[in-house]
Amino acid sequence: MADHIIELVDVGKDYGGSEALRSINIRVRSKEFLTLLGPSGCGKTTTLRIIAGFENPTRGKVLFNGQDITGVPPYLRRVNTVFQRYALFPHLNVMENVAFGLRIKKMDREQTAGKVAQMLEMVNLSGYERRNVSSLSGGEQQRVAIARALVNEPEVLLLDEPLGALDLKLRKEMQIELKNMQQRLGITFVYVTHDQEEALTMSDTIVVMDSGVIQQTGTPVNIYNEPSNAFVADFIGESNIVPGVMLRDYLVKFAGAPFECVDAGFAPDEPVDVVIRPEDVKIIGEDEARIRGIVRSVTFKGVHYEMIVETGTRAWIIHSTTRVEAQSRVGLEVLPNDIHIMHGGGRTG
Amino acid sequence: MKSKLPAFPYLVFMAVFILVPLLLVAYYGFTDKQGTFTLEFFRKFLEPLYLKVFARSIWLALVSTLLCLVIGYPLAMILAGDTFKKKNILIVLFIVPMWMNFLVRTYAWLTLLENNGLINSFLDFLHLPKLELLYNNRAVVMGMVYNFLPFMVLPIHSVLVKIDRSLIEAAEDLGADRLRVFSRVTLPLSVPGVLSGITMVFMPSITTFVISRLLGGGKTTLVGDVIEQQFLTVYNWNFGAAISLFMMAVILLSMALLSRIDRGKEGLL
Repeated sequence: MADHIIELVDVGKDYGGSEALRSINIRVRSKEFLTLLGPSGCGKTTTLRIIAGFENPTRGKVLFNGQDITGVPPYLRRVNTVFQRYALFPHLNVMENVAFGLRIKKMDREQTAGKVAQMLEMVNLSGYERRNVSSLSGGEQQRVAIARALVNEPEVLLLDEPLGALDLKLRKEMQIELKNMQQRLGITFVYVTHDQEEALTMSDTIVVMDSGVIQQTGTPVNIYNEPSNAFVADFIGESNIVPGVMLRDYLVKFAGAPFECVDAGFAPDEPVDVVIRPEDVKIIGEDEARIRGIVRSVTFKGVHYEMIVETGTRAWIIHSTTRVEAQSRVGLEVLPNDIHIMHGGGRTG
Repeated sequence: MKSKLPAFPYLVFMAVFILVPLLLVAYYGFTDKQGTFTLEFFRKFLEPLYLKVFARSIWLALVSTLLCLVIGYPLAMILAGDTFKKKNILIVLFIVPMWMNFLVRTYAWLTLLENNGLINSFLDFLHLPKLELLYNNRAVVMGMVYNFLPFMVLPIHSVLVKIDRSLIEAAEDLGADRLRVFSRVTLPLSVPGVLSGITMVFMPSITTFVISRLLGGGKTTLVGDVIEQQFLTVYNWNFGAAISLFMMAVILLSMALLSRIDRGKEGLL
């Protein structure tokens, strides 16, 4: 219990009769980097705002170090937030913005100045103290927002899509910087993003959400390699999601042929979703293959080629470093280890 | 050159209806009946009799402005916030009287406050002593606050609704309770609205003569009354013009002072 700094227990939230969150359970371990990942409107920001105290859950409890803090106002919580659009105070300069929390706590002047200077140095903004916040670039404002939150030495830092407004290159740099900061300071980060690549890069734990429900919780590797359902598989990276039937343990039938797999424990003839990553589909000679098709398009993507292969019933996305001519006939093969079987069969990909 | 052409009619309008009258006022203010240059009428205004009127005008205008601020700021906050559900009713109650003529509204107060008015009749009905409600400074201030309150509320309201909700949340997140959120974020960010509200209430308050005439009953003469008397009763246009110029200088000076504060605030950013 003690190593979970934040726990959401059966948390639900209604907005005007409709459920934005449905019985969410999240446990955040101390000093971990946890990411809430999902498409817009999935409830990830609502979840973050419930942890910060800006929203009260309709149902359920929020625990902080094992203590119930449901209903405790934000200013009494030992968490700080980095807002999506930074929310810097326009009437204060950089230094006054960063010092805001310390001044509220009535820390003496010298100590405040020292801490602010130290924080600004950490985010590479030394010498910016007197600058007007509106004169700063997006990246610089972002750093001020992070410094303003971290200077209060929160036990948990909440970040609401903090890199969303930055350009790609800056975003990559900030990802690494944020991760370094988190490890150096030993602070728990709860991070909200819709960018799956960002989530995979930075997180210790990812919570994938959709329509107010947690779809899967796990490590990045775990979530990428073992998506628990078709939604997760589709959202995290690209996937071929094929309807199939589980013939028996370790044997699944899809695309008109039986394939060996590593999954078991399904009912005989249970309809399932078969998820196969584009990079796991091998192109082989047409004659020896169980799946045959025609290459419809070839796109160069830098590291690999992306090919669309049409098999008559469906189109497959394939990533390969070797190029195959468009319109040529090919065979497709998948190794047992790369076939991921999911319950449901409701979705067709 | 071409782009200046559309402004031409306005320039003519302003010259004819603003600049020329102003110059006329200046001419009368600095001359006597024979048309020779003199500062006599400015000196006359500095006599104790008129200085007392001037001091009273400033005092009542300041009190009215302050009252408007004290009543108007919370009202603007209620109108800008989302906690009060019957907001629309409040807005309607607030705006409907503005559809009526200024004079009619002020006369309405007469019937309320009169010795045999509604309030005193009600007190009489309850066998309570009647109150001296009309024809004093209090009645004049009340009339000013009543008439000029919207000019305070509207600029503050329009500044408040523009404050980003996430700034309030950021302050709460950094440990500020509601009082500190107000004093450190909401209030400083609304200063421009407060300053324009103060200007817009103070100016009509210091120059009004209708309110003091009707509700003050001639007992509380204000500068506006003196100017009006000089022009329409005494026919001393020169003195009236001189007082007008003097008041103009006072208003310009106070506006300059206010904008100084405004800029000082921005300088802190």
